[in-house]
Amino acid sequence: MTEPLPRLRTEKLSAMYGKFTAVKNVSLAFAPNKVHALIGPSGCGKSTFLRTLNRMHEMTPGGWIVGKVYLDDQDVYANGVSPIQLRRRVGMVFQKPTPFPTMSIFDNVAAGLVLDRSKSKREVAEIVERSLVRAALWNEVKDRLKASAVGLSGGQQQRLCLARTIAPEPEVILLDEPTASLDPQGTQRIEELVFELKREFTIIIVTHNMQQAARVSDTTSFFYLGEMVEHGATRRIFTTPKEERTEAYITGRFG
Amino acid sequence: MNRRAMRRFVSRFMVGLMVLAVVIAVLPLLLILGSLLLRGAGARSPAFFVSSPAPVGMPGGGVLHAIVGTLMIVGMASLAGIPLGIAAGFYCSEYNGTRLASVTRFVADVLNGTPSIVVGVFAWTWVVRAQGHYSATAGAVALAVLMLPMVMRTTEELLKLVPVSLREAALALGYSRWRTSLVVVLRTALPGIVTGSLLSVARIAGETAPLLFTVLGSQYLSFDVDRPMAALPLVVYQYAIGPYPAWHRLAWTSALVLILVVLVLSIAARIVTRQRFGRRD
Amino acid sequence: MAQPADPAATPAPPGQAQSRSLAGGSLGDVVFKWILILSALAIPLLLGGLLYELVKGSLPAIEAFGLGFLTSSVWDPVAERFGAWPLIFGTLLTSFIALLLAVPLSLGVAIYLTEFAPGPIRRPVAMVIELLAAIPSVVYGLWGIFVLIPFLTSTVYPWLQGTLGFLPIFQGPIYGPSVLSASLILTIMVMPYIMSVSREVLLAVPEGQREAALALGATRWEAVTSAIVPYAKSGIIGAVILGLGRALGETMAVTMLIGNSHEISASLFAPGYSMAAAIANEFSEAASTLHYASLTYVALALFGVTVLVNAGARLLIWRVGRRGGSA
Repeated sequence: MTEPLPRLRTEKLSAMYGKFTAVKNVSLAFAPNKVHALIGPSGCGKSTFLRTLNRMHEMTPGGWIVGKVYLDDQDVYANGVSPIQLRRRVGMVFQKPTPFPTMSIFDNVAAGLVLDRSKSKREVAEIVERSLVRAALWNEVKDRLKASAVGLSGGQQQRLCLARTIAPEPEVILLDEPTASLDPQGTQRIEELVFELKREFTIIIVTHNMQQAARVSDTTSFFYLGEMVEHGATRRIFTTPKEERTEAYITGRFG
Repeated sequence: MNRRAMRRFVSRFMVGLMVLAVVIAVLPLLLILGSLLLRGAGARSPAFFVSSPAPVGMPGGGVLHAIVGTLMIVGMASLAGIPLGIAAGFYCSEYNGTRLASVTRFVADVLNGTPSIVVGVFAWTWVVRAQGHYSATAGAVALAVLMLPMVMRTTEELLKLVPVSLREAALALGYSRWRTSLVVVLRTALPGIVTGSLLSVARIAGETAPLLFTVLGSQYLSFDVDRPMAALPLVVYQYAIGPYPAWHRLAWTSALVLILVVLVLSIAARIVTRQRFGRRD
Repeated sequence: MAQPADPAATPAPPGQAQSRSLAGGSLGDVVFKWILILSALAIPLLLGGLLYELVKGSLPAIEAFGLGFLTSSVWDPVAERFGAWPLIFGTLLTSFIALLLAVPLSLGVAIYLTEFAPGPIRRPVAMVIELLAAIPSVVYGLWGIFVLIPFLTSTVYPWLQGTLGFLPIFQGPIYGPSVLSASLILTIMVMPYIMSVSREVLLAVPEGQREAALALGATRWEAVTSAIVPYAKSGIIGAVILGLGRALGETMAVTMLIGNSHEISASLFAPGYSMAAAIANEFSEAASTLHYASLTYVALALFGVTVLVNAGARLLIWRVGRRGGSA
């Protein structure tokens, strides 16, 4: 076998808000254990596309789709598929850190685990620790696991959200501009983590920062006005784009 | 030049009038509280709180029966009104934009302005007439009806303050909608909802009109919710319009007790809210 | 063909879940949603129930007197003839006087607190005035009987009669419990409502409106009259109408202070009656079915008026909020 089967792929996927079409007819495949970047100017549909992958788009009032999304060749929009089960396998981290303010640091990381009642208290504690270690946050919070998560810095909060997302062992992690609200240092930590985490997860990251896409991703897709203009290995997209619009964007002529 | 001076004079004069308005507006509160303390505190003795009324002409006697009655009636009303109000508020915030949500919201606003005496008549025709006798339960029904739209509207407003991003984060973790609502959204908004509920309890605790022909009032300590019962506001009313000076003293003292209950609840609720919002910003 | 990805190419994460199913219902969600829907439905149903019970209860009176009930002045429980005009008149008159006094007062306070007052006193003053709204109506009544009325009849009313006695409304013998006493207590009671709603409306006026007027060289008072109040106008009207709704339905304090007389008198010093007061006084000792029905008819009319008034106020306030949001 040369090419691994894609972990996640879309087929002629369009996403709408009411009558407005935000994503038009996108077919993309995401190979496992790689980092895939979605880039493009704001309003190009990249975030909407990301939100169709774990069926968060339909939670937005007026949100609906046409087309197919397959996770390991299972149609995630098929009848009988529970979006709840899907989201346990396709995790997501948002632009703004979203720790649950009423929960402690520990409870935040365990938030997704408690849904699975089969785990004992000790197992949960082990997973919480392991997730915090993997999110490179353990050393900073191990002495105050019972403290409120609101007291953490923005960068720490975002790593906490990452730990919370990976704790239930999803297969795919969706990152929606995860560093947009962070300072350069916090951004660097997250980027390093993304690079680490791809050994275990398939990662799709939306970013409007082209340097970030170039640094962390293996493949890049360029979105413009709801269309997927170009897709390919990151290095090739950034050195020899085939499409004129891609070139215009990455050389900074618009965006 | 002259015109300019005139304009500045007008501006200053109007500000002066407004300061006067503030003084006039604040005065009644001070006067009312002052009278209550002056006239109400005189008759205060421990016996007042632990004994039931003495027969007419006899000295002493207390309002224990009314304190118990108010606690029971308001308690029953809260048990019905608060959970239902919170659930309805939840619907309007979670399913904002549906027709039922807009209708419910609008009707709640209309009900919030309905005179409490009208609700009393409703409780009379619905409960008292149907059962054939006055009862504490009928009064609790009336108070619950008054409470429901209040709790619903505050709950809804507070739930709307919970950021959408928190809701989405929970859903993206694989939380079902009900779990997201209860574990994340409700818990985040809970301090405010408690405050709002306290305020509505404070408001209905002082309501008199809907109790007049539902719980009717009673001279005796009673725990039977199927019978007429005493309540603090009713005691204030009945003693105030009565002919005996001794009754009037009892009215003042009962009013002082009533206002302490109401003001402590409202002030506490307001302070809780302020602290919470202070922290949010 | 559906088949899990090649394990060799994709090292399995710990606790691997390749075979995790995507299927699963959400019974909890359905139950939860229905609980919420039923609770939300309870409120419109309540309104329907209220209306139904009131109409059903007043049916005998509606059949006996029709709409003429609202304009007739006879109230004779013995002869079973009932007319609500004195009650309606008293309700309208007391509410009108109360608004006449409370509106300038509360607007003055609201404008002062949002535009002129030094920062640190804004919140405490607003809170003190809002606490007035928390005082139970029966306590106002008590205070009115034993403090306000003695003060008014000994000083204010004689002075009014002395200076403005040429007006019919200030002529005749002075009674303690009277239309004017009830109106004055109502003034104190509705003021906090009008004040707090109009304060919220004024706070919602964008800073730009204020600054634009001041930049044009207006004094601060001129900025208020030329830019801020016009912007918030419909919201302020909404606040006033909301206060009107409160005044119309206010029961206990009015019952204790208005004197409870079915006679209509030109003098404000004479006792009168209001719709709410009549219900409060007579309902528990009504003599006949028709008496009950007539009082319920009064409640129905009062309910109808307050529904209209409140719905109107809400629409106006809502419009300002929406304009503020889109601006």
